[in-house]
Amino acid sequence: MTQSLTGAPPLLSRAYFTRDAWRGRFRRDSVLPGFGLTLGFTVCYLSLIVLLPLSATVIKSTHFGVEAFWAAVSLPRVLAAYRVSFLCALVAALLNLVFGLLLAWVLTRYEFIGRRLVDALIDLPFALPTAVAGIALTALYAPKGWLGQTLTTWGIKVAFTPLGIVVALAFIGLPFVVRTVQPVLEGLDAGFEEAAATLGATRWQTFTRVILPTLLPALLTGFALAFARGLGEYGSVIFIAGNMPMKSEIVPLLIITKLEQYDYVGATAIAVAMLVISFVLLLVINLLQAWTRRAEQRR
Amino acid sequence: MKHRLPSTVSEPAPVRWTLIGIALAFVIITLVLPLALVLSQALAGGVREFWGALAEPDAQAALRLTLTAAAIAVPANLVFGVCAAWSIAKFEFKGKQLLLTLIDLPFAVSPVISGLIYVLLFGLQGWFGPWLAAHDIKIIFAVPGIVLATVFVTFPFIARELIPVMQEQGTDEEEAAATLGAGGWQTFVRVTLPNIKWALLYGVVLCNARAMGEFGAVSVVSGHIRGMTNTLPLHVEILYNEYNAVAAFSVASLLMLLAIVTLVLKTWIEGRAHRQVGAPVMETVR
Repeated sequence: MTQSLTGAPPLLSRAYFTRDAWRGRFRRDSVLPGFGLTLGFTVCYLSLIVLLPLSATVIKSTHFGVEAFWAAVSLPRVLAAYRVSFLCALVAALLNLVFGLLLAWVLTRYEFIGRRLVDALIDLPFALPTAVAGIALTALYAPKGWLGQTLTTWGIKVAFTPLGIVVALAFIGLPFVVRTVQPVLEGLDAGFEEAAATLGATRWQTFTRVILPTLLPALLTGFALAFARGLGEYGSVIFIAGNMPMKSEIVPLLIITKLEQYDYVGATAIAVAMLVISFVLLLVINLLQAWTRRAEQRR
Repeated sequence: MKHRLPSTVSEPAPVRWTLIGIALAFVIITLVLPLALVLSQALAGGVREFWGALAEPDAQAALRLTLTAAAIAVPANLVFGVCAAWSIAKFEFKGKQLLLTLIDLPFAVSPVISGLIYVLLFGLQGWFGPWLAAHDIKIIFAVPGIVLATVFVTFPFIARELIPVMQEQGTDEEEAAATLGAGGWQTFVRVTLPNIKWALLYGVVLCNARAMGEFGAVSVVSGHIRGMTNTLPLHVEILYNEYNAVAAFSVASLLMLLAIVTLVLKTWIEGRAHRQVGAPVMETVR
């Protein structure tokens, strides 16, 4: 992510001179050993664990025929699940965007007691098994729970409603925005802000016109990562969701339900549709990350 | 970094303290409260009941299975990670970018689908299902399926930590070693390994946390047979669904301990790596 301290990539000059030398061949010459062995093992292992099972799933779905496939993914219950998953992941990622930016800002810009502890805690959602997060959040937001009690008196129901799904997904996605924005914020040159202040900009103007545009690629990357994770998330959601078909049933749960009913066609079709969406998102994220890196190098 | 910024590029104190206040309140509500709740629920029935839930044979079997799955998945992905990083970071070849994207694939796949793909391969209705049944080999609803699903979801962790660090370090040191007559293994152990040890450890810690905590993928392939194919997270689910809250949270607190140890180790490694190389190139995200 970060560039080397010296600035220029160390191999740039050599890469420049030999770039044409290996054109038309598979790899550039090197005195180092082990290329065939390590690349061979990498490709074999990747194929066995990831590529073969994934392509087998996609190939299996093509056996169903277009009509059966379409019928399986366009059932009202399936469409409702897609809607729930998309909307909840979207709202949760938006929450992550706002609070992620706030946390990244406070952690890099201000000094306060417990800052290092908070910084370490941010990664908790990555480290905590999702089932534990799921039952803890459910107990917390249940009508008799620590937070649920108060929220119920205000007339807000969280557990066993789509709002509960949002809470779980917001928990799971929190580190993404913080951890993509933090390094960019740390590397920000104070000179620009000083220049803006000298030219008479208020602090708010400097923030919205100078800082925010610089953070935009990182913010979008973090948002996309959180959204993608939220779409596929299962463990933390199923306990708090209530899992009512048409209302609070997420796509991953529906896949499991179909599987348990031995509806392999339905489960596979929904999964393949989901895989396609995930891969498109992965592509978008890769492009965003490339944009973030370019923006960082320009500075 | 932490010297006081001039007032022209910082916010007035009231704004500063408001922002810090909101951030702290948010962290307490979203991150600290769940941890406190797990602990308080686990101990709600007293220490004896807490230990009872952990000492129960099914919980012990779940713990053993979780440790077994991690003990296979982490070393397997460690070997893969080192091989992938060596070939990708130390050599120039065509299709490298594609290979990098393919290594990332498991991160993009929903955990449930990660389990499903193995059911479709090895389950009774799957490609190899009939053949496996004829030879009396069980993969799905058995330990091998759980291990496979765990390997899949933790697949990219170590490779992703190692590749950027090894790319950053270039090939100069290894080339010098090779020129001086060192063999491949010698070069790796004496020259490369000391340079990447923190990133390696970092990857192992994250990979292990995910391996032990994975729920969705394992849930699909496990079959939930108590004492046989239940991992710790699945055991938590069963106990919780049986309204045995104290036992569920007691087992959950064990997994929470794993998370806290992971965070402590992670912070410690980041500190060490920072002191060693100045700016660590660690992919914290994901």
